[in-house]
Amino acid sequence: MRLDPKIAQVLVKALLWFLTGLTLVILFCIIINVSVEGLPQVNLTFLSQEPQDMGRAGGIFSTIVATLYITLVAIVLATPFGVGAAIYLTEYTREGWVTQVIRFGAECLAGVPSIILGLFGFVLFVMKLKLGWSVLSGGLTLAIMVLPIIIRTSEEAIKAVPPVYRTVCYSLGLSKWQGITRVVLPSALPGITTGIMLSVGRSLGETAVLLFTAGAALRTPTSLFDSGRTMAVHFYILAREGLSMPNAYGTAAILMISILALNIAAYSLMQRFLRRYS
Amino acid sequence: MKSQEKLVEGVLLLLALSAIASLALITIFIFLEGFPLILHTGLQKFILSSHWAPTRGHFGILAMIISSILVTLGAMVLGVPFGLACAIILAEFSPPRLTRILKPTLELLAGIPSVVYGFLGVIWLVPLIRTYLGGPGLSLLTGAIILGIMVLPTVISISIDALTAVPDMYRQGSIALGATHWQTVQRVVLPAARSGIITAIILGMGRAIGETMAVIMVAGNALQIPRSLLDPVRTLTSNIALELGYAAGRHREALFATGIVLFVMIMILNLTATFLARRR
Repeated sequence: MRLDPKIAQVLVKALLWFLTGLTLVILFCIIINVSVEGLPQVNLTFLSQEPQDMGRAGGIFSTIVATLYITLVAIVLATPFGVGAAIYLTEYTREGWVTQVIRFGAECLAGVPSIILGLFGFVLFVMKLKLGWSVLSGGLTLAIMVLPIIIRTSEEAIKAVPPVYRTVCYSLGLSKWQGITRVVLPSALPGITTGIMLSVGRSLGETAVLLFTAGAALRTPTSLFDSGRTMAVHFYILAREGLSMPNAYGTAAILMISILALNIAAYSLMQRFLRRYS
Repeated sequence: MKSQEKLVEGVLLLLALSAIASLALITIFIFLEGFPLILHTGLQKFILSSHWAPTRGHFGILAMIISSILVTLGAMVLGVPFGLACAIILAEFSPPRLTRILKPTLELLAGIPSVVYGFLGVIWLVPLIRTYLGGPGLSLLTGAIILGIMVLPTVISISIDALTAVPDMYRQGSIALGATHWQTVQRVVLPAARSGIITAIILGMGRAIGETMAVIMVAGNALQIPRSLLDPVRTLTSNIALELGYAAGRHREALFATGIVLFVMIMILNLTATFLARRR
């Protein structure tokens, strides 16, 4: 017996909506569980006190500093390369084998898993260049990790700036580079910022890379050559060794909520930016 | 003025080459560190033996290769139906207003750090599996479920792109012939978007096979070829992460060699995906 197509459609739609709903439920369970268990731990002392007794007691101050420090290094290093690459791809070449090689490189780099990046950062920065487990080694490796994100979003942002803007620049006698720095880049800035925000989010949550490049020292890093334990690494160690569930949850809550907030902000910024030019 | 423009262009080209240069550096260094061991042990013995006792000079990673592949396949079996369902709903059935909220919401799954997935896997899934299915709880199945959730954002977003790229004319033609909306999706839209959806699945596999932290936390890390879904397993990635901290000499080389195998597997997946995407 063949099912009536109309009834089949109702059944299939119900199934698909059910699966989608279940996916949303999983997402909300994760967010709600971590927030409900974690947020009560978070207060000013938790944020401002050094971890004590391997993280069993005390707060997470040093890991916040390490996280911000390493992320800052990564972003400062990756942004000029990423934005420069995007400018080159959009403004200076026609599609050809050069752009294909560059895009291919960025795509493949985006697919390299973090453990491989960790191995690479460990052998090149930590061992060969003798930077040791440090903020700098971690930042350099993370910079490579976020480079494809910055290239892709910046490219999208620069492409969204209407071609008329460039024509007007030329008609006013500006050189190509002047046009780019004074008109195109400022107009594309919200889009480029989106890429940077997404990269910060990605860096905050990264663990495998940093375990082998930045180390896990609990002291607050004061120089680029100090080892530093980021919040994600700290959370991993707390959870894995069962040192302190409340502190693990607290760290996870701060981490997850900041990343989600960054992602939401980045998304809405990009939407608003794209709407302006479409 | 002219020469300044040339200089700017040159500098930008150099910056643009940074990604491919990084990729080359990564490849070179992983191979330089790991290849001597593969030569020393012999490729065949390295990937076809499952005897891993690095301190006694036995480097066989077959068990981990099999575990990695099984966990990844398990993740796809669980993740792809959910991912495709979400993509079809968002691209075809959901009213545009709702899509505008649902799509970014589902993308949030990508923002949750892998350590958090692993942690929740330990807290929720492991006891459930231990109680109701038996075994230690830390298992192939647990790893596959967690990875199945983690690949969703990749599968969903690339599948949506593939579905929305199908021209509306196709849908209108099908509807005009009297097909229902679902018949249209099933017989016209999905086949037309096939290569894009396969790309999504392949990239999801790449993501799953390369994932480290969550798998270490939930899969149990036992050195063995699993006999059942409930056996604990150690993947290629977990092996590297678990031992790199204290490995030295040949042992460290063996971990880089494990990295080479992983890297080659992922590059094959990525190249297939790029090739498929290009052909489209």
